[in-house]
Amino acid sequence: MEPANGDVLPTVAGELPIRVVLAKLGLDGHDRGLKVVARTLRDAGLEVVYLGLRQTADSIVAACEQEDADVIGLSMHNAGHLTLAPRMVQAVEKAGLDIPVVIGGIVPTGDVPVLRAAGVAAVLGPGASAEEVVSAVTEAVARRVTR
Amino acid sequence: MLSTRSPDELFAAARDGNRRALGRLLTMVERRDDNAGLVAERAHRDAGHARVVGITGAPGTGKSTITGRLAVVSGGDRPAVLAIDPSSPLTGGAILGDRIRMDDHVSGSAFIRSMATRGHAGGLAAAVPDAIRVLDAAGCDPVIVETVGVGQVEVSIAAAADTTVVVVTPGWGDAVQANKAGLLEVADVFAVNKADRPDARGARRDLELMLDLGHRGGWRAPVVLTTANRGEGIEELWAEIERHTAHLRESDELLRRRGRRHRDEVVNRIELGLRGRARQIIESRSGAAALGRVDRREISPGAAADMLLNSLTGGAGPES
Ligand SMILES: Nc1nc2c(ncn2[C@@H]2O[C@H](COP(=O)(O)OP(=O)(O)OP(=O)(O)O)[C@@H](O)[C@H]2O)c(=O)[nH]1
Ligand SMILES: [Mg+2]
Repeated sequence: MEPANGDVLPTVAGELPIRVVLAKLGLDGHDRGLKVVARTLRDAGLEVVYLGLRQTADSIVAACEQEDADVIGLSMHNAGHLTLAPRMVQAVEKAGLDIPVVIGGIVPTGDVPVLRAAGVAAVLGPGASAEEVVSAVTEAVARRVTR
Repeated sequence: MLSTRSPDELFAAARDGNRRALGRLLTMVERRDDNAGLVAERAHRDAGHARVVGITGAPGTGKSTITGRLAVVSGGDRPAVLAIDPSSPLTGGAILGDRIRMDDHVSGSAFIRSMATRGHAGGLAAAVPDAIRVLDAAGCDPVIVETVGVGQVEVSIAAAADTTVVVVTPGWGDAVQANKAGLLEVADVFAVNKADRPDARGARRDLELMLDLGHRGGWRAPVVLTTANRGEGIEELWAEIERHTAHLRESDELLRRRGRRHRDEVVNRIELGLRGRARQIIESRSGAAALGRVDRREISPGAAADMLLNSLTGGAGPES
Protein backbone atom coordinates (compact mmCIF):
# COMPACT_ATOMS: atom_id res chain seq x y z
CA MET A 1 0.00 0.00 0.00
CA GLU A 2 2.90 2.36 0.71
CA PRO A 3 3.50 4.23 -2.53
CA ALA A 4 6.98 4.27 -3.99
CA ASN A 5 9.19 7.30 -3.51
CA GLY A 6 6.75 9.15 -1.32
CA ASP A 7 4.41 9.38 -4.26
CA VAL A 8 1.05 10.19 -2.76
CA LEU A 9 -0.99 10.02 -5.92
CA PRO A 10 -3.24 7.06 -6.45
CA THR A 11 -2.44 4.68 -9.25
CA VAL A 12 -5.05 4.71 -11.97
CA ALA A 13 -3.64 1.79 -13.92
CA GLY A 14 -6.35 -0.61 -14.90
CA GLU A 15 -8.87 2.02 -15.90
CA LEU A 16 -6.81 3.54 -18.65
CA PRO A 17 -8.39 4.74 -21.83
CA ILE A 18 -7.12 3.07 -25.00
CA ARG A 19 -5.09 5.45 -27.15
CA VAL A 20 -5.82 5.14 -30.84
CA VAL A 21 -3.98 6.99 -33.61
CA LEU A 22 -6.46 7.79 -36.38
CA ALA A 23 -5.34 8.76 -39.86
CA LYS A 24 -6.07 8.67 -43.53
CA LEU A 25 -3.30 7.13 -45.57
CA GLY A 26 -2.56 8.44 -49.03
CA LEU A 27 -3.62 11.48 -50.96
CA ASP A 28 -7.35 11.14 -51.33
CA GLY A 29 -10.20 13.39 -50.50
CA HIS A 30 -11.81 14.60 -47.34
CA ASP A 31 -11.87 13.48 -43.74
CA ARG A 32 -15.56 13.68 -42.96
CA GLY A 33 -15.87 9.94 -42.40
CA LEU A 34 -12.75 9.87 -40.29
CA LYS A 35 -14.14 12.59 -38.04
CA VAL A 36 -17.29 10.53 -37.50
CA VAL A 37 -15.14 7.56 -36.49
CA ALA A 38 -13.15 9.82 -34.14
CA ARG A 39 -16.33 10.91 -32.38
CA THR A 40 -17.61 7.35 -32.19
CA LEU A 41 -14.41 6.20 -30.50
CA ARG A 42 -14.32 9.20 -28.17
CA ASP A 43 -17.91 8.53 -27.16
CA ALA A 44 -16.89 4.97 -26.34
CA GLY A 45 -14.28 6.37 -23.94
CA LEU A 46 -11.15 6.10 -26.10
CA GLU A 47 -8.48 8.74 -26.49
CA VAL A 48 -8.19 9.54 -30.19
CA VAL A 49 -4.98 11.09 -31.47
CA TYR A 50 -6.27 12.57 -34.68
CA LEU A 51 -3.75 12.89 -37.51
CA GLY A 52 -6.20 13.57 -40.32
CA LEU A 53 -5.41 13.55 -44.01
CA ARG A 54 -2.39 12.83 -46.17
CA GLN A 55 -0.42 10.70 -43.76
CA THR A 56 2.34 8.29 -44.72
CA ALA A 57 3.31 5.04 -43.02
CA ASP A 58 6.37 6.81 -41.63
CA SER A 59 4.49 9.81 -40.24
CA ILE A 60 2.01 7.46 -38.56
CA VAL A 61 4.78 5.35 -37.01
CA ALA A 62 6.47 8.52 -35.75
CA ALA A 63 3.22 9.68 -34.14
CA CYS A 64 2.66 6.26 -32.57
CA GLU A 65 6.07 6.31 -30.92
CA GLN A 66 5.60 9.76 -29.46
CA GLU A 67 2.02 9.11 -28.40
CA ASP A 68 2.68 5.58 -27.13
CA ALA A 69 -0.39 4.46 -29.06
CA ASP A 70 -2.19 1.19 -28.42
CA VAL A 71 -3.72 0.81 -31.87
CA ILE A 72 -3.79 2.43 -35.32
CA GLY A 73 -7.04 3.17 -37.13
CA LEU A 74 -6.71 3.83 -40.85
CA SER A 75 -9.31 5.06 -43.26
CA MET A 76 -8.90 4.26 -46.94
CA HIS A 77 -11.09 5.25 -49.79
CA ASN A 78 -8.91 4.63 -52.76
CA ALA A 79 -7.84 1.56 -54.61
CA GLY A 80 -4.43 1.60 -52.98
CA HIS A 81 -5.35 -0.39 -49.92
CA LEU A 82 -3.77 -3.61 -51.18
CA THR A 83 -0.35 -1.99 -51.26
CA LEU A 84 -0.72 0.77 -48.65
CA ALA A 85 -2.17 -1.35 -45.84
CA PRO A 86 0.53 -4.06 -45.92
CA ARG A 87 3.12 -1.30 -46.12
CA MET A 88 1.68 0.20 -42.95
CA VAL A 89 1.84 -3.13 -41.14
CA GLN A 90 5.43 -3.62 -42.27
CA ALA A 91 6.43 -0.12 -41.15
CA VAL A 92 5.01 -0.83 -37.70
CA GLU A 93 6.87 -4.13 -37.48
CA LYS A 94 10.08 -2.66 -38.80
CA ALA A 95 9.96 0.01 -36.07
CA GLY A 96 9.71 -2.80 -33.54
CA LEU A 97 6.27 -1.69 -32.43
CA ASP A 98 3.55 -4.03 -31.30
CA ILE A 99 0.55 -2.03 -32.47
CA PRO A 100 -2.38 -3.58 -34.34
CA VAL A 101 -3.67 -1.88 -37.49
CA VAL A 102 -7.43 -1.64 -38.08
CA ILE A 103 -8.68 -0.53 -41.48
CA GLY A 104 -11.97 1.04 -42.46
CA GLY A 105 -13.24 2.20 -45.80
CA ILE A 106 -14.28 0.90 -49.14
CA VAL A 107 -12.60 -2.46 -49.34
CA PRO A 108 -14.03 -5.12 -51.68
CA THR A 109 -14.94 -8.23 -49.66
CA GLY A 110 -12.58 -10.30 -51.77
CA ASP A 111 -9.65 -8.22 -50.52
CA VAL A 112 -10.39 -8.73 -46.84
CA PRO A 113 -8.65 -12.12 -46.53
CA VAL A 114 -5.64 -10.71 -48.40
CA LEU A 115 -5.36 -7.84 -45.94
CA ARG A 116 -5.85 -10.10 -42.95
CA ALA A 117 -3.11 -12.38 -44.25
CA ALA A 118 -0.87 -9.32 -44.54
CA GLY A 119 -1.26 -8.71 -40.82
CA VAL A 120 -4.14 -6.23 -40.70
CA ALA A 121 -5.98 -6.87 -37.42
CA ALA A 122 -9.48 -6.04 -38.65
CA VAL A 123 -11.22 -4.64 -41.72
CA LEU A 124 -14.40 -2.59 -41.43
CA GLY A 125 -16.66 -1.92 -44.38
CA PRO A 126 -18.39 1.40 -45.07
CA GLY A 127 -21.59 0.12 -43.46
CA ALA A 128 -19.99 -0.77 -40.11
CA SER A 129 -22.04 0.31 -37.11
CA ALA A 130 -20.63 2.33 -34.24
CA GLU A 131 -20.58 -0.83 -32.10
CA GLU A 132 -18.67 -2.72 -34.76
CA VAL A 133 -16.09 0.04 -35.06
CA VAL A 134 -15.56 0.21 -31.30
CA SER A 135 -15.36 -3.53 -30.81
CA ALA A 136 -12.96 -4.02 -33.74
CA VAL A 137 -10.60 -1.49 -32.21
CA THR A 138 -10.86 -2.63 -28.59
CA GLU A 139 -10.61 -6.30 -29.52
CA ALA A 140 -7.52 -5.67 -31.62
CA VAL A 141 -5.91 -4.14 -28.54
CA ALA A 142 -7.05 -6.98 -26.30
CA ARG A 143 -5.58 -9.57 -28.67
CA ARG A 144 -2.14 -8.03 -28.51
CA VAL A 145 0.42 -10.44 -27.12
CA THR A 146 2.56 -8.11 -25.09
CA ARG A 147 2.43 -4.67 -23.72
CA MET B 1 10.93 -5.45 -25.26
CA LEU B 2 10.47 -1.83 -24.28
CA SER B 3 7.88 -2.54 -21.62
CA THR B 4 10.33 -4.57 -19.57
CA ARG B 5 13.01 -1.90 -19.44
CA SER B 6 13.62 0.00 -16.24
CA PRO B 7 13.05 3.76 -15.97
CA ASP B 8 16.81 4.33 -15.88
CA GLU B 9 17.33 2.38 -19.09
CA LEU B 10 14.45 4.22 -20.70
CA PHE B 11 15.90 7.59 -19.67
CA ALA B 12 19.29 6.66 -21.07
CA ALA B 13 17.67 5.69 -24.36
CA ALA B 14 15.46 8.79 -24.38
CA ARG B 15 18.47 11.03 -23.85
CA ASP B 16 20.08 9.38 -26.87
CA GLY B 17 17.07 10.45 -28.88
CA ASN B 18 14.97 7.28 -28.73
CA ARG B 19 11.44 8.61 -29.10
CA ARG B 20 9.73 5.39 -28.19
CA ALA B 21 11.52 5.31 -24.86
CA LEU B 22 10.48 8.89 -24.20
CA GLY B 23 6.93 8.10 -25.24
CA ARG B 24 6.85 5.22 -22.78
CA LEU B 25 8.26 7.29 -19.91
CA LEU B 26 5.51 9.84 -20.45
CA THR B 27 2.91 7.10 -20.31
CA MET B 28 4.37 5.93 -17.02
CA VAL B 29 3.97 9.30 -15.31
CA GLU B 30 0.69 10.05 -17.02
CA ARG B 31 -0.94 6.79 -16.07
CA ARG B 32 0.65 6.62 -12.64
CA ASP B 33 1.70 3.02 -13.03
CA ASP B 34 4.02 1.28 -10.58
CA ASN B 35 7.10 3.02 -11.97
CA ALA B 36 5.58 6.52 -11.95
CA GLY B 37 7.18 7.54 -8.68
CA LEU B 38 10.62 6.42 -9.80
CA VAL B 39 10.31 8.10 -13.20
CA ALA B 40 9.16 11.36 -11.60
CA GLU B 41 12.07 11.15 -9.17
CA ARG B 42 14.67 10.70 -11.89
CA ALA B 43 13.06 13.36 -14.02
CA HIS B 44 13.04 15.95 -11.29
CA ARG B 45 16.68 15.31 -10.47
CA ASP B 46 17.79 15.92 -14.06
CA ALA B 47 15.30 18.61 -15.08
CA GLY B 48 15.58 22.37 -14.91
CA HIS B 49 17.51 23.05 -18.09
CA ALA B 50 14.77 23.42 -20.68
CA ARG B 51 12.96 26.64 -21.43
CA VAL B 52 9.35 25.86 -20.59
CA VAL B 53 6.84 27.92 -22.56
CA GLY B 54 3.06 27.77 -22.08
CA ILE B 55 0.70 28.65 -24.93
CA THR B 56 -2.88 29.26 -23.90
CA GLY B 57 -6.00 31.03 -25.13
CA ALA B 58 -9.58 30.43 -26.21
CA PRO B 59 -10.46 27.48 -28.49
CA GLY B 60 -9.50 27.93 -32.12
CA THR B 61 -7.36 31.03 -31.68
CA GLY B 62 -4.41 29.32 -33.40
CA LYS B 63 -2.45 27.93 -30.44
CA SER B 64 -1.37 24.73 -32.19
CA THR B 65 -0.35 26.55 -35.34
CA ILE B 66 1.73 28.96 -33.27
CA THR B 67 3.18 26.14 -31.17
CA GLY B 68 4.33 24.18 -34.21
CA ARG B 69 5.93 27.25 -35.72
CA LEU B 70 7.63 28.24 -32.49
CA ALA B 71 9.11 24.76 -32.12
CA VAL B 72 10.82 25.33 -35.45
CA VAL B 73 12.03 28.93 -35.02
CA SER B 74 13.23 28.30 -31.45
CA GLY B 75 16.37 26.80 -32.91
CA GLY B 76 16.46 24.10 -30.23
CA ASP B 77 17.90 20.77 -31.46
CA ARG B 78 15.19 18.86 -29.68
CA PRO B 79 12.01 20.87 -29.27
CA ALA B 80 9.13 19.15 -27.52
CA VAL B 81 5.43 19.91 -27.40
CA LEU B 82 2.88 18.82 -24.82
CA ALA B 83 -0.59 19.42 -26.23
CA ILE B 84 -3.36 19.14 -23.67
CA ASP B 85 -7.00 18.78 -24.65
CA PRO B 86 -10.12 18.35 -22.55
CA SER B 87 -11.77 14.94 -22.31
CA SER B 88 -15.47 14.41 -22.48
CA PRO B 89 -16.72 14.49 -18.91
CA LEU B 90 -19.41 11.99 -19.88
CA THR B 91 -17.37 9.19 -21.41
CA GLY B 92 -13.80 10.02 -20.45
CA GLY B 93 -12.88 9.79 -24.11
CA ALA B 94 -11.11 12.57 -25.98
CA ILE B 95 -10.23 13.75 -29.45
CA LEU B 96 -6.69 15.03 -29.39
CA GLY B 97 -6.44 17.06 -32.57
CA ASP B 98 -3.56 19.44 -32.06
CA ARG B 99 -1.00 17.44 -34.04
CA ILE B 100 -2.73 18.22 -37.32
CA ARG B 101 -1.89 21.90 -37.16
CA MET B 102 1.60 21.27 -35.89
CA ASP B 103 2.74 18.53 -38.23
CA ASP B 104 2.29 20.82 -41.21
CA HIS B 105 5.16 22.98 -40.06
CA VAL B 106 7.17 20.84 -37.71
CA SER B 107 7.60 17.95 -40.16
CA GLY B 108 9.05 15.50 -37.72
CA SER B 109 11.63 17.67 -36.02
CA ALA B 110 9.74 18.08 -32.74
CA PHE B 111 8.60 15.47 -30.26
CA ILE B 112 4.86 15.99 -29.87
CA ARG B 113 2.77 14.36 -27.18
CA SER B 114 -0.99 14.78 -26.82
CA MET B 115 -2.52 14.50 -23.40
CA ALA B 116 -6.14 14.35 -22.29
CA THR B 117 -7.30 15.98 -19.11
CA ARG B 118 -9.11 12.90 -17.94
CA GLY B 119 -7.65 10.20 -15.79
CA HIS B 120 -6.25 12.97 -13.70
CA ALA B 121 -9.29 14.06 -11.70
CA GLY B 122 -7.58 16.78 -9.74
CA GLY B 123 -4.29 15.18 -10.66
CA LEU B 124 -3.87 16.87 -14.01
CA ALA B 125 -1.98 19.64 -12.30
CA ALA B 126 0.36 16.92 -11.05
CA ALA B 127 0.69 14.92 -14.25
CA VAL B 128 1.59 17.91 -16.43
CA PRO B 129 4.59 19.14 -14.43
CA ASP B 130 5.82 15.54 -14.24
CA ALA B 131 5.52 15.19 -18.01
CA ILE B 132 7.29 18.51 -18.54
CA ARG B 133 10.16 17.36 -16.34
CA VAL B 134 10.41 14.02 -18.15
CA LEU B 135 10.83 15.90 -21.45
CA ASP B 136 13.28 18.32 -19.87
CA ALA B 137 15.32 15.54 -18.25
CA ALA B 138 15.43 13.68 -21.57
CA GLY B 139 17.20 16.68 -23.07
CA CYS B 140 14.34 18.36 -24.90
CA ASP B 141 14.47 22.13 -25.25
CA PRO B 142 12.33 24.13 -25.49
CA VAL B 143 9.31 22.40 -23.99
CA ILE B 144 6.15 24.09 -25.25
CA VAL B 145 2.86 23.30 -23.50
CA GLU B 146 -0.44 24.05 -25.22
CA THR B 147 -3.64 24.25 -23.16
CA VAL B 148 -7.06 25.69 -23.86
CA GLY B 149 -7.48 28.62 -21.54
CA VAL B 150 -11.01 28.12 -20.36
CA GLY B 151 -11.17 26.99 -16.75
CA GLN B 152 -9.17 27.62 -13.63
CA VAL B 153 -7.26 24.34 -13.96
CA GLU B 154 -6.14 25.08 -17.48
CA VAL B 155 -5.03 28.54 -16.51
CA SER B 156 -3.04 27.17 -13.60
CA ILE B 157 -1.39 24.70 -15.96
CA ALA B 158 -0.47 27.51 -18.27
CA ALA B 159 1.09 29.18 -15.28
CA ALA B 160 3.26 26.09 -14.76
CA ALA B 161 5.48 27.35 -17.55
CA ASP B 162 8.37 29.76 -17.11
CA THR B 163 6.94 31.97 -19.81
CA THR B 164 3.24 32.00 -20.66
CA VAL B 165 1.98 33.24 -23.99
CA VAL B 166 -1.71 34.14 -24.17
CA VAL B 167 -3.18 33.98 -27.67
CA VAL B 168 -6.13 36.18 -28.59
CA THR B 169 -7.67 37.04 -31.96
CA PRO B 170 -8.97 40.37 -33.29
CA GLY B 171 -12.27 41.50 -31.85
CA TRP B 172 -13.21 42.85 -28.47
CA GLY B 173 -14.89 39.62 -27.43
CA ASP B 174 -11.66 37.75 -26.99
CA ALA B 175 -9.88 40.33 -24.92
CA VAL B 176 -12.88 40.52 -22.62
CA GLN B 177 -13.01 36.72 -22.45
CA ALA B 178 -9.32 36.57 -21.72
CA ASN B 179 -9.83 39.05 -18.95
CA LYS B 180 -12.66 37.04 -17.44
CA ALA B 181 -10.77 33.77 -17.56
CA GLY B 182 -7.93 35.33 -15.64
CA LEU B 183 -5.64 34.96 -18.63
CA LEU B 184 -4.46 38.54 -18.51
CA GLU B 185 -2.88 37.93 -15.14
CA VAL B 186 -0.87 34.94 -16.29
CA ALA B 187 0.30 36.45 -19.59
CA ASP B 188 3.98 37.19 -19.96
CA VAL B 189 3.59 37.74 -23.70
CA PHE B 190 0.48 38.33 -25.81
CA ALA B 191 0.04 37.09 -29.35
CA VAL B 192 -2.76 38.71 -31.33
CA ASN B 193 -3.08 35.92 -33.89
CA LYS B 194 -5.02 35.97 -37.16
CA ALA B 195 -3.61 39.41 -37.73
CA ASP B 196 -4.66 38.98 -41.35
CA ARG B 197 -8.17 39.74 -40.14
CA PRO B 198 -9.62 43.20 -39.77
CA ASP B 199 -8.83 45.20 -36.69
CA ALA B 200 -5.83 43.28 -35.36
CA ARG B 201 -4.30 46.62 -34.50
CA GLY B 202 -7.44 47.52 -32.58
CA ALA B 203 -7.08 44.33 -30.56
CA ARG B 204 -3.49 45.21 -29.78
CA ARG B 205 -4.53 48.70 -28.70
CA ASP B 206 -7.22 47.24 -26.42
CA LEU B 207 -4.68 44.97 -24.77
CA GLU B 208 -2.20 47.79 -24.34
CA LEU B 209 -4.93 49.85 -22.67
CA MET B 210 -5.65 47.03 -20.26
CA LEU B 211 -1.96 46.67 -19.57
CA ASP B 212 -1.77 50.40 -18.87
CA LEU B 213 -4.18 49.81 -16.01
CA GLY B 214 -1.53 47.83 -14.25
CA HIS B 215 1.05 45.17 -14.87
CA ARG B 216 3.08 43.04 -12.52
CA GLY B 217 6.56 43.71 -11.28
CA GLY B 218 9.30 44.78 -13.64
CA TRP B 219 7.78 43.19 -16.71
CA ARG B 220 5.12 44.53 -18.99
CA ALA B 221 3.76 41.86 -21.34
CA PRO B 222 4.62 42.78 -24.94
CA VAL B 223 1.90 42.37 -27.57
CA VAL B 224 2.94 40.71 -30.83
CA LEU B 225 0.81 40.49 -33.98
CA THR B 226 1.03 37.08 -35.65
CA THR B 227 -0.45 35.39 -38.69
CA ALA B 228 0.56 31.93 -37.65
CA ASN B 229 -0.69 29.95 -40.64
CA ARG B 230 1.66 32.04 -42.80
CA GLY B 231 4.42 32.09 -40.22
CA GLU B 232 4.29 35.86 -39.88
CA GLY B 233 5.31 37.40 -36.57
CA ILE B 234 6.51 34.07 -35.18
CA GLU B 235 10.17 35.06 -35.02
CA GLU B 236 9.25 38.26 -33.26
CA LEU B 237 7.08 36.25 -30.86
CA TRP B 238 9.95 33.90 -30.10
CA ALA B 239 12.27 36.88 -29.58
CA GLU B 240 9.88 38.26 -26.96
CA ILE B 241 9.72 34.86 -25.27
CA GLU B 242 13.53 34.81 -25.14
CA ARG B 243 13.57 38.35 -23.82
CA HIS B 244 11.22 37.26 -21.06
CA THR B 245 13.43 34.25 -20.26
CA ALA B 246 16.41 36.57 -20.01
CA HIS B 247 14.43 38.87 -17.74
CA LEU B 248 13.54 35.93 -15.49
CA ARG B 249 17.15 34.83 -15.22
CA GLU B 250 18.56 38.30 -14.60
CA SER B 251 16.05 39.13 -11.91
CA ASP B 252 16.18 35.81 -10.05
CA GLU B 253 12.49 35.67 -10.84
CA LEU B 254 13.05 32.29 -12.53
CA LEU B 255 14.12 30.67 -9.28
CA ARG B 256 11.35 32.45 -7.40
CA ARG B 257 8.74 31.25 -9.88
CA ARG B 258 9.99 27.71 -9.89
CA GLY B 259 10.14 27.76 -6.10
CA ARG B 260 6.55 28.94 -5.92
CA ARG B 261 5.54 26.26 -8.39
CA HIS B 262 7.28 23.53 -6.44
CA ARG B 263 5.47 24.69 -3.35
CA ASP B 264 2.10 24.68 -5.15
CA GLU B 265 2.81 21.21 -6.45
CA VAL B 266 3.67 19.84 -3.06
CA VAL B 267 0.54 21.41 -1.57
CA ASN B 268 -1.54 19.99 -4.41
CA ARG B 269 -0.14 16.53 -3.85
CA ILE B 270 -0.66 16.72 -0.12
CA GLU B 271 -4.28 17.65 -0.77
CA LEU B 272 -4.72 14.80 -3.22
CA GLY B 273 -3.11 12.38 -0.82
CA LEU B 274 -5.22 13.57 2.09
CA ARG B 275 -8.37 13.33 0.03
CA GLY B 276 -7.50 9.71 -0.71
CA ARG B 277 -6.83 9.03 2.96
CA ALA B 278 -10.08 10.74 3.90
CA ARG B 279 -11.95 8.34 1.67
CA GLN B 280 -10.12 5.38 3.17
CA ILE B 281 -10.82 6.46 6.70
CA ILE B 282 -14.49 7.14 6.16
CA GLU B 283 -14.82 3.62 4.78
CA SER B 284 -12.83 2.10 7.67
CA ARG B 285 -14.32 0.70 10.87
CA SER B 286 -13.57 3.82 12.90
CA GLY B 287 -15.14 5.89 10.12
CA ALA B 288 -18.29 3.81 10.20
CA ALA B 289 -18.38 4.01 13.99
CA ALA B 290 -18.04 7.79 13.95
CA LEU B 291 -20.74 8.11 11.29
CA GLY B 292 -23.01 5.90 13.42
CA ARG B 293 -22.57 8.22 16.36
CA VAL B 294 -23.41 11.21 14.18
CA ASP B 295 -26.55 9.44 12.98
CA ARG B 296 -27.58 8.76 16.59
CA ARG B 297 -26.91 12.44 17.33
CA GLU B 298 -24.32 11.60 19.94
CA ILE B 299 -21.72 13.79 18.25
CA SER B 300 -21.89 16.47 15.59
CA PRO B 301 -20.47 15.95 12.06
CA GLY B 302 -17.80 18.49 12.92
CA ALA B 303 -16.73 16.56 16.01
CA ALA B 304 -16.62 13.32 14.03
CA ALA B 305 -14.45 14.96 11.39
CA ASP B 306 -12.09 16.29 14.06
CA MET B 307 -11.81 12.85 15.61
CA LEU B 308 -11.08 11.13 12.31
CA LEU B 309 -8.76 13.90 11.24
CA ASN B 310 -6.75 13.41 14.40
CA SER B 311 -6.29 9.75 13.69
CA LEU B 312 -5.38 10.67 10.11
CA THR B 313 -2.64 13.14 10.97
CA GLY B 314 -1.64 11.47 14.24
CA GLY B 315 -1.85 7.71 13.88
CA ALA B 316 -1.60 7.35 10.12
CA GLY B 317 0.57 10.41 9.61
CA PRO B 318 2.89 11.02 6.68
CA GLU B 319 5.81 9.21 8.35
CA SER B 320 4.02 5.94 8.79
N1 LIG C 1 -6.80 33.41 -40.92
C1 LIG C 1 -5.98 32.81 -40.06
N2 LIG C 1 -6.23 31.56 -39.68
C2 LIG C 1 -5.37 30.99 -38.78
C3 LIG C 1 -4.24 31.66 -38.28
N3 LIG C 1 -3.60 30.85 -37.42
C4 LIG C 1 -4.31 29.69 -37.39
N4 LIG C 1 -5.38 29.78 -38.22
C5 LIG C 1 -6.40 28.75 -38.45
O1 LIG C 1 -7.25 28.69 -37.33
C6 LIG C 1 -7.72 27.35 -37.15
C7 LIG C 1 -7.44 26.91 -35.73
O2 LIG C 1 -6.05 26.81 -35.56
P1 LIG C 1 -5.39 25.93 -34.41
O3 LIG C 1 -3.92 26.18 -34.44
O4 LIG C 1 -5.87 24.54 -34.50
O5 LIG C 1 -6.03 26.64 -33.12
P2 LIG C 1 -6.01 26.13 -31.61
O6 LIG C 1 -6.10 27.35 -30.78
O7 LIG C 1 -4.85 25.24 -31.38
O8 LIG C 1 -7.36 25.30 -31.54
P3 LIG C 1 -7.86 24.34 -30.36
O9 LIG C 1 -6.67 23.53 -29.91
O10 LIG C 1 -8.92 23.53 -31.00
O11 LIG C 1 -8.37 25.24 -29.28
C8 LIG C 1 -7.04 26.51 -38.19
O12 LIG C 1 -7.90 26.35 -39.26
C9 LIG C 1 -5.83 27.35 -38.58
O13 LIG C 1 -5.38 27.08 -39.88
C10 LIG C 1 -4.00 33.00 -38.74
O14 LIG C 1 -3.05 33.67 -38.34
N5 LIG C 1 -4.90 33.51 -39.62
MG1 LIG D 1 -4.85 23.28 -30.59
